[in-house]
Amino acid sequence: MKELKGISKETLQAYWKANVRLTTFTLIVWFVVTYVCAFFVRELNTIVIFGFPFGYYMGAQGSLIVFVWLIFNYAFKMNANDKKYGVEEEEE
Amino acid sequence: MAKGKSPFLDNLGKIYAMYTGGFILFVIGLAFGEKMGMSNASIGYTYMFATIGLYAVIGISSRTAKVSEYYVAGRSVPALFNGMATGSDWMSAASFIGMAGTIFGFGYDGLAYIMGWTGGYVLLAVFLGPYLRKFGQYTIPDFLGARYGGSAARTIGIIAAIVASFTYLIAQVTGVGIIMSRFLGIDFQIGVFVGLAGILVCSMLGGMKAVTWTQVAQYIILILAYLVPVTVMSYNVTGIPVSEVMYGQVLQKIDAKEKVINADPKEIEVMALWKKEVEKIDADLKNLPASLDAKRQALNDSLAALPADAAAAEKEKIQKAIAGLPKNPVEAKEKWEAAKKSATEKSKPIKPYLEPFARLDMLNMLALTFCLMVGTAGLPHILMRYYTVPSVKQARISVGWSLFFIFLLYFTAPAYAAFARNEVLSNVVGLPIAQLPAWMANWAKVGLVSFKDMNADGILQFYELTIGADAIVLATPEIAGLPYVISGLVAAGGLAAALSTADGLLLTISNSLSHDLYYKMINPKASILKRLTISRVLLVIVAIISAWVATYKLTIIVELVAWAFSIAAASFFPALVMGIWDKRANKAGALAGMWAGFLICLFYMIGSRFYGLNWFGVKTISSGLFGIPLGFIMIYVVSRMTAPPSPELQDFVESVRIPKGSAAAHEE
Repeated sequence: MKELKGISKETLQAYWKANVRLTTFTLIVWFVVTYVCAFFVRELNTIVIFGFPFGYYMGAQGSLIVFVWLIFNYAFKMNANDKKYGVEEEEE
Repeated sequence: MAKGKSPFLDNLGKIYAMYTGGFILFVIGLAFGEKMGMSNASIGYTYMFATIGLYAVIGISSRTAKVSEYYVAGRSVPALFNGMATGSDWMSAASFIGMAGTIFGFGYDGLAYIMGWTGGYVLLAVFLGPYLRKFGQYTIPDFLGARYGGSAARTIGIIAAIVASFTYLIAQVTGVGIIMSRFLGIDFQIGVFVGLAGILVCSMLGGMKAVTWTQVAQYIILILAYLVPVTVMSYNVTGIPVSEVMYGQVLQKIDAKEKVINADPKEIEVMALWKKEVEKIDADLKNLPASLDAKRQALNDSLAALPADAAAAEKEKIQKAIAGLPKNPVEAKEKWEAAKKSATEKSKPIKPYLEPFARLDMLNMLALTFCLMVGTAGLPHILMRYYTVPSVKQARISVGWSLFFIFLLYFTAPAYAAFARNEVLSNVVGLPIAQLPAWMANWAKVGLVSFKDMNADGILQFYELTIGADAIVLATPEIAGLPYVISGLVAAGGLAAALSTADGLLLTISNSLSHDLYYKMINPKASILKRLTISRVLLVIVAIISAWVATYKLTIIVELVAWAFSIAAASFFPALVMGIWDKRANKAGALAGMWAGFLICLFYMIGSRFYGLNWFGVKTISSGLFGIPLGFIMIYVVSRMTAPPSPELQDFVESVRIPKGSAAAHEE
């Protein structure tokens, strides 16, 4: 890997590992707010907040808020990781 | 992003802020015009010509002769603006007009669309977007070709891209035609071709560059148009203009009202009448084709029996009825099956709006959500957008902005549905038929609302009323008592949604043909001028074919669009993800996976739709449920049974994973 001279193999592996960890976390949350919440929607619907049954709310709006947060969280952490491991792209 | 690239790119924020302000002033001006007696028709025309003219100006001033500008907007679109462009690229006529109506009709189960069409961006963000940007070529088949060495993978990519995009494109063009014809009162066919001109003028001269900047402009119009009516509605009903929060109260009202309706003896009477209707249709269906002949005979007889001096209207009515009969037994079967379905629905008490899995069982709802999510992350016209940002960093952020801008609309759709349902249940049902509100009559004219006084008591029962899914968003301005200028705004928003999606799809298809097929496979020595010329010619040809197909108004199109998601999910997604995440994945594996995913998906779609195939009760729309895992498994297994990819290819995978350095791909 000629273009990455100056970065050790260990650093690259650590960077990729951090990425996999963050990706796994993101996917677990993604799975829980959609599929687990939908699976238990009847139970969750017994909780009512501001007129919203909670299970319904998660499907209609709650999961969406979490998705937006998840993606920004992933983006900011990954961009910080790029810097931390010295693999950020050259400014164009 | 580098400053000083062009005065336009340096001042994007200012330019679009001014544009938004200008558009709001334009709407206020029209509102003033309406007060002064401007007619509805002229308001409609002003909207259509002003917005399409505006898109044309953007499209023409973004013309380009550079390959990288034509295909990927010069990779100079900042994350935020790419997010807006992706938002309108993504949100089609169906999202804008149909989504709220789907929730209105399906209750909780309709939320599969909301979650599916947003959650897919999480997959896109972590599995694909940033890596594709690092790879940095022009199309999705480009990636498949580079990663899996050679034309074979690229070819499947081209086929799947075209199959998924083309049906989708026809639906958008149809949407444009419908909006045009409904609001301008012009012929559907003419509407289609006027819309087509609007699409071409945006994309032909400037390719991706022009499409991007028009899509940003279209996003602003569509989101304003979506939020204004429901916000006013929320203010009218609850006193607080935040529909997204206030509809919780409305949900409770709906729940209470539904219980009252299901216990009302009048409603029960209507349900019983529908049950009889179902039996009647059933008998007709069983006796096909004799029953169709009998109906025609009966009508002809009554026409013949009319006295010579009978009123012309009477005669016309019977002639119309004859013309309205199905032309042949096949058509009769289709029509009557549909009538039976809607009659059956009305013959049983409605399941509560909030009850989960009342209309789709749990397996199908979850499967649908899953297929829509994976399909979202696999649709080439969306993936392509992440080639246009300047860096990997911005690609990551841009997925976030994309979802945020999409979220603004999807977050509001359930509120639309709830307010409309509440209005119907609380203020319409129970009215004397003679005193129904004006909006119902208006939308009954175009067939979106229909009612039939089954028990002839002169009062509208809930089970006598049918509201088409598209009516919810389109009629809300009138329900909320807003002036016509807002109805026109909603139409302009729907038009923007359809046009922007059509632009993106058209570009995907013509680029697949011109770049992937022609330049990469047929004539790699073609000059830049030749490539761009061919691209533009193909764009026009594909656009005309799609408009021509759209004029046939095939009912199957809506269904096919839903299929496109499963096709994209089963064919693209596994090969793209494995190409980045599994270094061991090779050409043989990818080919096996893509073909297997694509074919099994197609097999189940056609089998379950037309030949009664049924695996675990999964519906046609979720066919990807089988194709997606099969694709992954095939890629994994077949790759490991064959030789590993070359060291160069493995280096290539490494390079795509790390933002620093250049990917194997080169820029022109």
